[in-house]
Amino acid sequence: MAVTDSPRTVRVRPAVARRPVIGTRHTRATASRVAVNVSLLAFSALYLVPLLWMLLVSVNAHGSFRLSVPSPTGENFRNILNSDTTYRPMLNGLLMCGGGTMLCVVCSVLAAYPLSRFRSRLRRPFLYTILFSTGLPITAVMIPVYSMFVQVNLIDSMPGTTLFLAAAALPFGIWLMKNFMDGVPLVLEEAARIDGANAMQVLWRIVLPLMWPGVIVVTIFTFIGMWGNFFVPFILLLSPEKLPASVGVFTFLSAHDQTQYGQLAAFSIIYSIPVVMLYLVLARRLGGGFALGGALKG
Amino acid sequence: MTVTAAAAPTAGPRRGRAVGGLLRGVPLLPAVVLLVIFLAGPIAYCVYYAFTDMQLTGASGTHFVGFDNFTRAFRDADFVNAVELTLVFVVGSAVIGQNTLGLALAVLMEKAAKPVRSITSTVVIAAWVLPEVVAGYLMYAFFFRQGSLNAILRGLHLPQQNWLYTLPILAVCIANVWRGTAFSMLVYSAALNDVPQELVEAAEVDGAGPWQRLWRVTLPVIRRSVMTNLMLITLQTLSVFGLIYTMTRGGPGNKTETLPVFMYQQAFTSSLIGYGTAVALVLLVVGALFSVVYIRLLKIEED
Repeated sequence: MAVTDSPRTVRVRPAVARRPVIGTRHTRATASRVAVNVSLLAFSALYLVPLLWMLLVSVNAHGSFRLSVPSPTGENFRNILNSDTTYRPMLNGLLMCGGGTMLCVVCSVLAAYPLSRFRSRLRRPFLYTILFSTGLPITAVMIPVYSMFVQVNLIDSMPGTTLFLAAAALPFGIWLMKNFMDGVPLVLEEAARIDGANAMQVLWRIVLPLMWPGVIVVTIFTFIGMWGNFFVPFILLLSPEKLPASVGVFTFLSAHDQTQYGQLAAFSIIYSIPVVMLYLVLARRLGGGFALGGALKG
Repeated sequence: MTVTAAAAPTAGPRRGRAVGGLLRGVPLLPAVVLLVIFLAGPIAYCVYYAFTDMQLTGASGTHFVGFDNFTRAFRDADFVNAVELTLVFVVGSAVIGQNTLGLALAVLMEKAAKPVRSITSTVVIAAWVLPEVVAGYLMYAFFFRQGSLNAILRGLHLPQQNWLYTLPILAVCIANVWRGTAFSMLVYSAALNDVPQELVEAAEVDGAGPWQRLWRVTLPVIRRSVMTNLMLITLQTLSVFGLIYTMTRGGPGNKTETLPVFMYQQAFTSSLIGYGTAVALVLLVVGALFSVVYIRLLKIEED
């Protein structure tokens, strides 16, 4: 003890002398950390206002544009929970987006396999075309799509809209799926190949079971994108009874000018719930940055 | 194919390989068929229609008019207005707004306490996950004359405005920042994770302040992410329609009529399909240019 004591006393001295310096640096670091936390919280509060307003006004009987604390009522929800306003648009959306997502995911899996596994002169040009199409503004092709659909009598047809939604989501789906598939090691496949399995068997029995997380990410991503898509059904569908919920919000807003904001907020909440839940699944199970990592790596 | 067929007698095995190669590509077929019919087809149509005087009322009177639609567009004050507004919208809300705010949030969140970090990211991502029309409606309610923003300003004793009439383009820009910042934030958070901590610490030891560390160390390291992010948010913002249309419908007057909204109005409200398609083609070409820059950033591995 005595031996260790003496060097320690020697060391303490300069530390005491330096303490004021360390102290200010320490407080400055703490101060800046507090400042960071406070400013982020203030920012979040401001960011939260519109979302909070939606929740508040949906349970407010006299829906207004103010941020007020109401006596909660379920009246708005009761008023909109009927076939015309909520159930049918939600079901339409589910049919079109669900069908479109399934089609898109199946086609992406099939297309991703040769792109990920086989080498060919056409592979790179094809992948570049796919990547290029992910960037094209789909909004810009909607007028020709409309004219085309009019000519082949697909306008106002839910299957037609479903097909278009699937095709529009395909480039990103293929790209994402191919990147996930690249992560599945080749070794296992080669063993199966030697045992005489063909490409489809290998894909179904070996590759797919190893990349379910990736398939789920593509599925959820595609569905969220379609569910929120407003422009495509807005252009391609005409009959009110075929419109999905995304257009429903819009027609609701234009039909009831300045009134019934409570009901519209309630409808918005119901319409948003599926994508919020799906996003939570995505973030919980796979981590928020995971999907983006797959999308952005080259 | 014809070449391989002609050379077949001398190169039998090669032909077999070519057929095998084609067979291996069969799984691509469903995707290719869908893409050709529903994407390549419309794009080809877009190029064709843009040079006709097609109208919504019937295809019988459609004539080839050459560059008329384009010369008309560049003389059309409304079109020029739409181009300017699109520039303001893309630069203001994406390149400056979302990009800077996303980077700032990512940098600050690295230093923040864990609960604060999760609160911030939850709120920002929530705005992003909401469907476009819902975001448009919420932003409409936020900027409306009796809306939340004016209520807040009144509480702070600051002057209030009828935002959607006096500064509509600012309102839609802020709306797009509110809705889209999460994407940049996620990209930058992921990129900052990959910055080697030794580099930043070494700069700190050498006496670099926080700004210098950001400018001289962090940003150069993540510059590829910055470029990728800029390209992607530009492309997304370029084609925003639902958000603006729910908030203002391009109005008042044409003060928020960006190219997609202008294109829609011309084609469907004024029934000028040909003219609207010419505008769409301009939008498509601009998007294609950005898309080319973007794919040059992401390199596909050599065969």
